Parts: sequence; C-alpha cells; structure tokens
Amino acid sequence: MSSNSGLTHGVNLDALDRKQDVMNINDETICLETKSLKLFYGDKQALQDISISLPEKRVSAFIGPSGCGKSTLLRCFNRMNDLVDNCRIEGEITLDGGNIYDKNIDVANLRRRVGMVFQKPNPFPKSIYENVAYGLRLQGVKNRRLIDEQVEKSLHGAALWDEVKDRLHDSALGLSGGQQQRLVIARAIAIEPEVLLLDEPASALDPISTLKIEELIHELKDNYTIVIVTHNMQQAARVSDYTAFMYMGELIEFGDTDTIFTNPGKKQTEDYITGRYG
Amino acid sequence: MMRDWFKSGSPWIWLNAAAVSASLIIVIGLLLLIAVRGLGHFWPADVIQAQYTLPGNPAVKVIGQQIETESVTLEDLRSAGFTIETDKKLIDRHLLKTGNRDVLGSDFRWLVEPYLSDKFWPQDIVVMERREWGNFYGYLKAIKENGKVVVEGTQSWPELEQRLDRTLDIFDQIRDIEKGAIGDINYAIEDLRLEQRRLELEGDDTPENLKVLAIERRQLEKKYELLQKELGELYRKINRDSLTAEIMNGQTVDIPLAKIVRAYKPNELSLFGKLGLYFARLWEFVSDEPREANTEGGIFPAIFGTVMMVLIMSMMVTPFGVIAAVYLREYAKQGALTRTIRIAVNNLAGVPSIVYGVFGLGFFVYFLGGNIDQLFYPEALPAPTFGTPGILWSSLTLAILTVPVVIVATEEGLSRIPRSIREGSLALGATKAETLWRTVIPMATPAMMTGMILAIARAAGEVAPLMLVGVVKLAPSLPLDGNAPFLHLDRKFMHLGFHIYDVGFQSPNVEAARPLVYATALLLVVVIVILNLAAIYIRNRLREQYKGLES
Repeated sequence: MSSNSGLTHGVNLDALDRKQDVMNINDETICLETKSLKLFYGDKQALQDISISLPEKRVSAFIGPSGCGKSTLLRCFNRMNDLVDNCRIEGEITLDGGNIYDKNIDVANLRRRVGMVFQKPNPFPKSIYENVAYGLRLQGVKNRRLIDEQVEKSLHGAALWDEVKDRLHDSALGLSGGQQQRLVIARAIAIEPEVLLLDEPASALDPISTLKIEELIHELKDNYTIVIVTHNMQQAARVSDYTAFMYMGELIEFGDTDTIFTNPGKKQTEDYITGRYG
Repeated sequence: MMRDWFKSGSPWIWLNAAAVSASLIIVIGLLLLIAVRGLGHFWPADVIQAQYTLPGNPAVKVIGQQIETESVTLEDLRSAGFTIETDKKLIDRHLLKTGNRDVLGSDFRWLVEPYLSDKFWPQDIVVMERREWGNFYGYLKAIKENGKVVVEGTQSWPELEQRLDRTLDIFDQIRDIEKGAIGDINYAIEDLRLEQRRLELEGDDTPENLKVLAIERRQLEKKYELLQKELGELYRKINRDSLTAEIMNGQTVDIPLAKIVRAYKPNELSLFGKLGLYFARLWEFVSDEPREANTEGGIFPAIFGTVMMVLIMSMMVTPFGVIAAVYLREYAKQGALTRTIRIAVNNLAGVPSIVYGVFGLGFFVYFLGGNIDQLFYPEALPAPTFGTPGILWSSLTLAILTVPVVIVATEEGLSRIPRSIREGSLALGATKAETLWRTVIPMATPAMMTGMILAIARAAGEVAPLMLVGVVKLAPSLPLDGNAPFLHLDRKFMHLGFHIYDVGFQSPNVEAARPLVYATALLLVVVIVILNLAAIYIRNRLREQYKGLES
C-alpha cells in the first residue's frame, strides 16, 4: 500500500487483518445463554431446542443459509419476537443469569440493556442529534449538557462524529446509507446497553461502508457483548471471536471462529463454509 | 393497422385524456359562469332612457339599467298578446332595471325591442342605492333642509354629495352606538337579570345581594339614558336633509338623505371612476351586513359564520378521528369486530347528510343542549341557552359527518409508517405508547392533515343538516364579539351555502337576487379554496420534514 498510515478510504485495514487470538469458551464469562429454546410461529417450529452460551465482551457471529433461524434467534434476545402474532417460545434465555422471559421482566427495560441494529438503516425522520438523543429522552434525561456529551460520545464511538459534527441538527435522512447505519449504532450505544445485537448490519451497504462497520464492531467489542448475524462468511471470519453455524432451525456447531472456519467438527458446517450448499 | 393501434394502448390514453379534459372544462366553465355573473353585478352600468310605445297606448318614458337581453320567437310574443308586424323570426327583449319600487311596484321590466325608440344615455341621470325600496333612477331636482328647499337645479348634485357624506358619517355613529354601546349595555342588563334569577333559584336572594344588583342596574340604565339622548340628537341631525327627485313617469319623490347609501351618476363617470365604484361595491359585499331581506348589502356575517363553523368543526373532528384511528390501527385486536367497525365507519360517510341533521337536532340540541340548560343555565329557562340550534351543535353535527374521512385517512397514514421505524424505537427501550407518541404519530401528521382537508372540503359545502341545527336567515350578532366570554357557541349563525338558498329561492325579489346567488356562490368557492390551501400549506410543510423516508 502506498499510504503510509495504513488507511484506505479511512479504514484501517491492518486492524481488520489482525491475527486471531486463540480463545477458549471455557475461559469466558457467559453473558447470554439459551437453554433448550424452542420457538414456534403458529404450528411451525422455527427454532429447535437451541442451547448456546454467548461470552461477554466478545463478538459472536451467527451464520447459516437463509431461513435457518439465525435472525429469529437474535430477535429472541431482546424479545423483538413479542411483536409477531402467533409467536410462542419454550425454554429459557438468561441475561447475566436472569431469565428475560420471566413474567416480571420489564420488556422496555430489557431492550435498554440489549440494543439492536437492523439490516436496513432505520433512522427516525428527525435530526442527527435527536436520533442519538432519542433513547436518553425516553429515559427522561432532561439535562441538556448531559445529552450533548452523550451524543458526542456515542457519535465518536460509532466513528461518525467527524463526518456529522457540523450538521448535527440536519435531518438524519440526508446521510448516506453507511452513515445512517453508523448513526443507528450510535443511537443504540447512546443508552449504554450491555449487549448489542446486529442483524446483518452491513448487508445493505457498499464495501467501503461495510469495512467501516466491521472496524467499528472491532472497536466496540471492548465495551459490549456483540452478537452479529451475517450472510457473509468472510465478514464472520473477520469480525467475530466465536461463530455459531445454524441450519434449519438447529444449532449445528458453536465454537471459536478459528476452529469453525479451519477445522469444523461437523460435516454440515464444513460443506457450508466451503460453499457446497447454502 | 387498427389492431396494432388498439394493442398499443393509445385508445385508452386518448379516452382518459378526453375524460380529464371534459371534467376540467366543466369545472372551469362553471367557475367562469359564476364569476362573470356574480362579479358583473357590481359594475355600475350606464343608465338608458327611451320611449316605449305599446300599440294603442301613449308613449311612456323608461329609465333604467339594461340587465340582460334575450331573443324570443315571434310566435311566443304573438301568443303573449303582442302584435308586431315584422318579417324577423327572432325578436330581442330587454330586461330593464327601473328601480323605484316604492312608486312603480316592481324593480324590473321586460321591454320588447321594436317598441323602443329614442334611446339615449343622459349625462345627469342619478342612481341612488337606498336602505329601503331598492335603487332609485331619475333626475335630481332639489335639496331640502328641514323641509325647505335650499338648492335647486344644477347646483343640487355637488350639494348632495357634500350633505350625503355628512349623513353617512352620522349614520355610522348611530350604528356604532346602537350595535356597540347599547348592545353591550343590553347584554350586561340581561346578565344582571339572569344573575338575579339565579340568586332566586338558589335561595340567595338576600336584600344585600339584590341591592348590589339593583345598584349595578341603575348605573347601566343611567348610561343607557345618556346614550338614548345622544342617539335622539343624532337622529334629529340625520333627518335634517332630504332631496326631491323626478322619476321616469314624471312623478317627483321626496327621499330623506338618511335612507341613501350611495349616489352616483353612472353615465358621467370615467372608466376609473367606475372602477373605483366597482371595487367599493365589491368591498361592501364582502365586508358589510345584509340589507333588504338579504337581497342587498353585504354577506360578511355569512362568511364569518361559515369560516368559524368550519374551524370549530376541524378542531373537534381532528383529535376525535385521530384517536379513533390510532386505537383501531394500533391497539385493537385485528379481527371480525374491528373489520365490522371499519365497515361501519366507511358506511357512515355515505349516510345522507340530512340524516345527520335530524340526529344532531334530536341528540345534540334537544337531549344534550336541554340537559346542559337544566344543569348550568336554569336561570334563563324557559328560554333555552344551549337547548336550541346554534353554532356549537352545527360544528358537532358536521364533525360526526366528517369523522369517517379523518379516521380513514389517518389509518392509511399509520399503516404507511415502515415497520422498521417502529422496531427501531422499540429496540431503544420505548414502550408502545412512547413509540406512537414520539415517532409514529408525528410521522403520520401529513396523513391526518389530508383527512382534515377532506373534512373541511366536505363540511364547508354542507347545508342541509345545518338548517336543522343552527343556521338562520339573518343572525342579529356574530358568534364572536367583545362581550365576555367573547365566543358565544350557543348563538345561531349565518352560512354562505344557506345564504345562496335563501337569497335565490326564498327572496321576494327574484331578479334582484339572482346575481347575488352567483356572487355568493363564488365567494363560497373562494372561502373553501382558501381554507383548503391553508391546510395544504401546513401539510406540505410537515411533509417536507419526512421527505426521503419513502424510499
């Protein structure tokens, strides 16, 4: 590369090409855990008896062919599936040991702890500033200075600050797709959740924006437990510490990313990764 | 060849274009007709003088403004008793506004062209618009002061102009006192009467309380007497001058200057003079109160009533319809019941409006209004306060009539908000209500405005139900004035739509009223257009905020 700083289009490629540390799931603190989770849409069972433990402050990726249930599983973690009619759940999901499907749980509060970013950027038709401040205002924060600080911090965190600092009060709909997606991430981290769920966050973006998002995920890992659903296996290999392969509503294999991609335990995983189906 | 043309789809495009053009031409033609007929009425046309000789009768002089000319067949005229020797098939017939109803008995006269002779336009003919008996056409002879002639002949006209200004000035003062000061005092005295009655009803009519009221009343009566004295003085002043004039049959008439609104010599006026007069009359039409059973003067109270009724209606219908739509779309369980409710709401829009009028009369006026009177205005009974048709009940009736439109438009708008936006908000820890309140409803406001625009368009043109729940031919006072509580929702009001009906079909003087029907119709269209444009402007500004979201 001719660039001496290692930056291409503002993306630090060296950071993405990092060498994976060898990890072992047994050394990790578990943050999210499902125990024989079954999910039904009416009579149709979408998730079959899934038990998985996701470690804290690591990036876990869900891969698998379309319709295998990875997004459904992701949406269980912040109870987004509650919004779907006829959706029924059996089994248990715990966040830091507490069952999130408990009757006494406040769903709004749960979603504050478990943030989510969707496939398509969905900024509100408000200013950039108000988008980021949305979650804070929901929590009743009135102090302007506090909101200002948090907005700036979140936009820095989402690597968007330099691009929007001069037009914070312009409409968020004027941003490009990649900027919008980073804005949505800033919006999610502004309320300081413990977990960040990313549902194919880069699938609607161009390659440069995708790289920026991946770089961002890498940086966010220090503070958040990240769960990412992706179609793109290179992306999963690049950004994640742990990878789960799902197929037809079943969890086939879960382990550290290096192992899954270099030496998968199951034939199905190997077939999928090497592109024999999916 | 022909088949290819059909296959290309062009015939349908042409058919569509033809249909659209036809609708456009009809609309524009209608508006043009209304505008020309209505606006032409205010033009001070030249006054013609001629000899009219019916066979076997002596010639008579006719003076007046030519209103319209039509062609009739010779047979029709012959069967009507005219004996005309001519070989023409069609004969012109003119409608002449001769005015002077007090002497001649009617304002208009049809004249057959062949009998007319010696037409000319005399310079010194005078037209006077009067407060009673319609227009005067004729020659000014003399000005009198206290019954004695002061000026005669050619000097009379400048003298008349000068004295008329003075009279009009005094007239304005009289009206200010009668409508303003005395009206206020009457209102206050009526308030005191009701206060006393309330005290009696509640058993609080102690001598002390009554004494306070009596003192206040005495003060008011004293003020009233002073005003009466002032008024008497003004009346004496205004009745000082009168004029003598000659009309077309040679008779002379005496007209007090107090009865004259405007005097001019149309045949002498320059184009600019006529234009000035035209706009003065147009302004009078939109800003003044009606005279002479609504056939003359202005229609300001009707404009005011229409606009105010529509505004009150939209203030009531919008929140109501929006809340109903939010519930139906966001909270209600979608099933057979909600489907039924939706069908019912849609059908509500198809119920004939007079049915709403009957409902409004029964439910709002008699039931609600009657009960309100029992509870809050017992002192005024048996005279009803709210238990009688009024602007509040009219607005409410029209609100019910238009609520389906708002519900349907709002539901449409809510269903168009992308699911991803709702999920985005929920994922940040918002409850359903917070999501609705902070994101979904603001984004649906343009749709709500669309609903409101449709509601306004429907309500402003509605007349039938209003005749039952609040509109009157002539309202003594506006529903908004300077007396507390300023907004009088119990009052009856005037409405442009009803005014058209009243002037056009309930007026004794059909020919005089016809141009006013056009003018009022034009004004109604203008008012509706303005109301709609205002709403559309607000909606477009809201839309601007959410631009780019659709993609």
